[in-house]
Amino acid sequence: MSLRNVGIVYRKELTEAIRDRRTVISTILVPLLLFPVLSVGFGSLAVALVGKAKEETPKVMLIGGADSPAIVDGLRKLDKIEIVPETPTWKDQIINKEVRAAVDIPAGFQADIAQQKSDTVKIYNYEGELKSEFASDKIEKYLKSYSDNVVKERLAAKNLPVDVLKPFEMKRENVAPPEKVSGAAIGGIIGYMVILLCMTGAMYPAMDLTAGEKERGTMETILSSPISRTHLVLGKFFLILTAALGTAALSVLSMGVSFSVLGHYTSQSASGRDAAAGLLLHLGPKTVVSVFLMALPIAVLFSAVLMTIALFAKTYKEAQSYLTPMTFIVIIPAIAAMLPGVELTSKLSLIPILGTSLLCKELVAGTYHWNLIALIFTSNCVYAAVALFIAIKMFQRESVLFRS
Amino acid sequence: MIDARGLSKRFQDKKRGEIRAVDNISFQCQPGKIYGLLGANGAGKTTTLRMLATILEPTDGTAIVCGYDVVEHPEKVRANVGFLSTATALYRRLTAQEFVEYFGRLNGLDEATLKKRVDNIFDRLDMNGFRDRRCDKLSTGMMQKTSIARTLVHDPPVMIFDEPTNGLDIMTARTITAFIRECRNNGKTVIFSTHIMSEVEKLCDTIGIIQSGKLLAEGTLAELRDKYSEHDLEEIFVKVVTPHYVAEEKN
Repeated sequence: MSLRNVGIVYRKELTEAIRDRRTVISTILVPLLLFPVLSVGFGSLAVALVGKAKEETPKVMLIGGADSPAIVDGLRKLDKIEIVPETPTWKDQIINKEVRAAVDIPAGFQADIAQQKSDTVKIYNYEGELKSEFASDKIEKYLKSYSDNVVKERLAAKNLPVDVLKPFEMKRENVAPPEKVSGAAIGGIIGYMVILLCMTGAMYPAMDLTAGEKERGTMETILSSPISRTHLVLGKFFLILTAALGTAALSVLSMGVSFSVLGHYTSQSASGRDAAAGLLLHLGPKTVVSVFLMALPIAVLFSAVLMTIALFAKTYKEAQSYLTPMTFIVIIPAIAAMLPGVELTSKLSLIPILGTSLLCKELVAGTYHWNLIALIFTSNCVYAAVALFIAIKMFQRESVLFRS
Repeated sequence: MIDARGLSKRFQDKKRGEIRAVDNISFQCQPGKIYGLLGANGAGKTTTLRMLATILEPTDGTAIVCGYDVVEHPEKVRANVGFLSTATALYRRLTAQEFVEYFGRLNGLDEATLKKRVDNIFDRLDMNGFRDRRCDKLSTGMMQKTSIARTLVHDPPVMIFDEPTNGLDIMTARTITAFIRECRNNGKTVIFSTHIMSEVEKLCDTIGIIQSGKLLAEGTLAELRDKYSEHDLEEIFVKVVTPHYVAEEKN
């Protein structure tokens, strides 16, 4: 009988929610559109820009070098670099992006090298500007190989092997599984997004089902029906929870689809592949399920807290002014989890949102600290149960229901 | 039937301290009769009726509605009561039929009984023309009919009306007063509150005059006329209320 009543309220609230444009927009449309627009839009824009920058033939100004034909010839032969003759306004031209970089070869460079005198070749660039960096990278690479050749010739002249300068080889290799690499970079964002969207998804229905009901004058109508207030508040709570989880689920889904579309698109062009590799995410079903299980008590907590606060408000507008600051309270610990160096510990686990956010980062990276998982899940369940209990208690209070 | 026994409600107000919205009220309403609670705005009518409908809990005293105590078994009381006021709005995003069905289900009706009841009520109140129209698209008259249908869906023996005609146009108000009469003719116990004298004169079997949360006079129209030697109900009302009204103004 009691479950039946909760179900009746839930079904009715669901019918109303689906017919409400504002609820549909905030719980379904926003998460579905946000990620494709954000990730595919920005992602492909970034890939396209990087690709374009690499494909452009940058102009590099040659300063001096008239008496050093060997190095100048080498520079002119460089692929995808256009060497332009010297002008006195070279600095302004780099700043105005007419040329991407300049290379300054000191007078008598070739002769100095032959006499084993040290000189400085200067590369001028516009730091932080992508195309300028590409150009100067290429010049630098060439100068290094030129310098290596000089060393080799000198060693050969003294009958010394090349190994004399390189007693051993160094090599760095990544052993972390691919999902860990991307997890560290993007895992924090996943947890943060799931938590934030749980919150925004719950927010609108929480206001609509409490303050909205008071404002529209249906509170008295429903309170005059035989349903107990506990069943009524539970029916409402489950609808808010559905919206919270629905929003989070849709956003994870849409995020997954967006990333795979992005991956597919970028793998078409060779230049995009490198750039996209850093953004791509390997989300297995196991990760998705575990992130969701951890989000569950958080969603319960949000739904109950938001509902309780909104219940105090007399109007929808009043509820909005109470709940908007809540967004910041949630954002701060969620962002803290994204900061580099903030690691999951048992103390941090007990902080409601921070713990889950940090854990999500670990889960996406494929690490399962079972005792911390148990600790976070249990503590969040306790917080959620307390919040729900308070919500039910508040719904029994006349001073809250009929606040004037 | 309704048996109010020393019903009281006190609120805490930050500025004015304790407020006795309803102060030790006792009365009885019988099946097949209409009890009219007459009072000015703020006299305590709404609070009294809300306590009878178990929307508010009494601070002191209690009431027995259909054999159930409002404090002990509020859910059982509500199952036996139809409550209608100008404040009981409709769910705007439900259709008229969905709205009535929702309350039928909350009253524990099974689907077969519910369908029969709803069909019957919609025929009787001539509501089939807007059955599937959303409540926010209904006219005031249609909304009132839908509200009436809600109070009838579980066929309660007790009807509570809180200023049911407040703010309605004449034609819609007449629908309501006709409905109140019909409830009496069907043997229901009816209590309603108003500040409109003519409604009381036309409808009520027993009249209770309430001011400052206290029930000051009670009786049939004839008894009240006799006691206060006035014919006009308005004059009677003024005679009963004035001494208390003046006292309250002084406070």
